[in-house]
Amino acid sequence: MTKAILGRKIGMTQWFSPEGKAIPVTVVQSSGCVVLQKKDAARDGYEAVQLGLGEIRPQRAVRAAIGHAKRAEVAPPRYIREFRHVPLADVDVGQTIAVDAFDVGDRVDVTAQSKGRGTLGAIQRWNMSRGPMSHGSKYHRGQGSLAIHRDANRVPKGKHMAGRTGNARVTMQNLEVVHVDAARNVLFIKGSIPGPERAFVQVRTSKKQQA
Amino acid sequence: MNELIRQLTQVQLRKDIPDFRPGDTLKVHVKVKEGSRERTQLFEGIVIRRRGIGVSETYTVRKVSYGVGVERTFPVHSPTVERIELLRRGKVRRAKLYYLRRLRGKAARIKELRKS
Repeated sequence: MTKAILGRKIGMTQWFSPEGKAIPVTVVQSSGCVVLQKKDAARDGYEAVQLGLGEIRPQRAVRAAIGHAKRAEVAPPRYIREFRHVPLADVDVGQTIAVDAFDVGDRVDVTAQSKGRGTLGAIQRWNMSRGPMSHGSKYHRGQGSLAIHRDANRVPKGKHMAGRTGNARVTMQNLEVVHVDAARNVLFIKGSIPGPERAFVQVRTSKKQQA
Repeated sequence: MNELIRQLTQVQLRKDIPDFRPGDTLKVHVKVKEGSRERTQLFEGIVIRRRGIGVSETYTVRKVSYGVGVERTFPVHSPTVERIELLRRGKVRRAKLYYLRRLRGKAARIKELRKS
């Protein structure tokens, strides 16, 4: 069964397990994650649950967003995402999803927009190696040959090169929920997750755990 | 540190930690798991570093064991440390005592801090 929630990345810290191990964790806060809409096969052609989180200034909301949120009797949220495979019977439109939907030990996938890195050379972007910086070498940080074999006369599509890095949708799979603080609406998820602090993130039951 | 993270990790902090600084001599009682048995091991030495804040705070204790320098770093709030005994306060003028690594014997001593 898939569970899903939207949250915001707060930052990283560590957490001592009962055995006394310090586990690196990312703190994700989710206050007021609301079910906006349920999409069903008959009307929409597919099943999904649409969740919303955060608020926008009322004068910034377009009428369409206000109208859409009105069906769930909530204010228009800032961040809206859909999740497939969540059993539709489990949720009601307008219902708030709390972090205690997740238990300690659950495995989750976390999706977010990663930090933008700007234009990076092939060394930073793809871990390529550099040439000698001295002794008359004129080959420093360039990536070298692009060839695949002697008479290809072309560069293969998708060849790793320098360019814009980051600011992409990234999913970290199979992370463990280490601790749940229901009073403060906070999840502690083992390891790092994409995006800067305060980024909106999607947390859902891990794909790897679904039999 | 983020205010929310500070509050959230409050429950993990230990209140029974004596107030100690670099230069002080500590006896650290470490819980060691041997199979199913658990026993306490002692590690006694000089604190040469204390860093970090909140749950992530750590300290490093240095001792010379059979002529070999041994340093162990513990998280201040680690549940695996049963208790910390503060044996002696040291008078030092810096926060990181890395210079002790190149000294041995008499030169590696630290004057005791006398409360005035």
